[in-house]
Amino acid sequence: MNLDIRTEEKEDYNLLHVSGEVDAYTASQLRESLLPLTEKEGASVIVDLSNVDYIDSTGLGIFIGALKSSNHYNGTLRLVGLNARVKRLFSITGLDEVMDIEEEEEAQ
Amino acid sequence: MDKEVLDHVEMKIPARAEYVGVARLTISGIASRSGYSYDDIEDLKIAVAEACTNVVDHAYDEGGYMGLFCDLYQDKIEIVVSDRGQSFHLEDIKKEVGPIDSAKPIEDLKEGGLGLFLIDSLMDKVEINGETGVAIVMTKFLQRDGREQDANGVPAPTNAQK
Repeated sequence: MNLDIRTEEKEDYNLLHVSGEVDAYTASQLRESLLPLTEKEGASVIVDLSNVDYIDSTGLGIFIGALKSSNHYNGTLRLVGLNARVKRLFSITGLDEVMDIEEEEEAQ
Repeated sequence: MDKEVLDHVEMKIPARAEYVGVARLTISGIASRSGYSYDDIEDLKIAVAEACTNVVDHAYDEGGYMGLFCDLYQDKIEIVVSDRGQSFHLEDIKKEVGPIDSAKPIEDLKEGGLGLFLIDSLMDKVEINGETGVAIVMTKFLQRDGREQDANGVPAPTNAQK
């Protein structure tokens, strides 16, 4: 029940690698890493969730907060590598309609 | 008539965020040995975590405990997550429950309110009782649609029944 977060600075965007489980306990860690990245004018942030195997509404709430912040600063936020389970939660809640998300590519 | 309860499991854990994962893993173990599919187990884990997170966030000003009770039936699991804390304003919370409305501007999106909505979506039956405390009663049927049937149309026995 751990969450590991690593930020990678690319030329014109920040890439946040998240791995583990996002729940009530670990969500604050995600917020602290993600939110500041969105709080710059025009910032572009990509969150890689391919190693996240569990997420619940506390995690979804963090992404909504980050989307609002990103929107406020005219930036972009994109979530990539969602596995089928994680993607399903975004669909059930309708978040896939408002967020830029991309599913994990099928393993060959 | 309610069918017989095959097994009952209960535990009392501190109402703190670091214990939500403990409840989640516990339900995963129980559901797994009852024969639930991988996807159903994942649904149960999220539903229990959401219910516990509600207790952690709303029930107590200072430390308290939450109860997790599971009744296992032949064809379903009934899970109760309860607190003895102050009843959080149930009506207010219910009002906020719902999916994301994509017609709304992004700055108006709410960061909360998805928890109960998810429980409702992932479980087959959900009841909330709140007077002195709050109890969320959640039921999920065992392989309701996907169970293999034999030549006579009788569902194959599940692991729990073998």
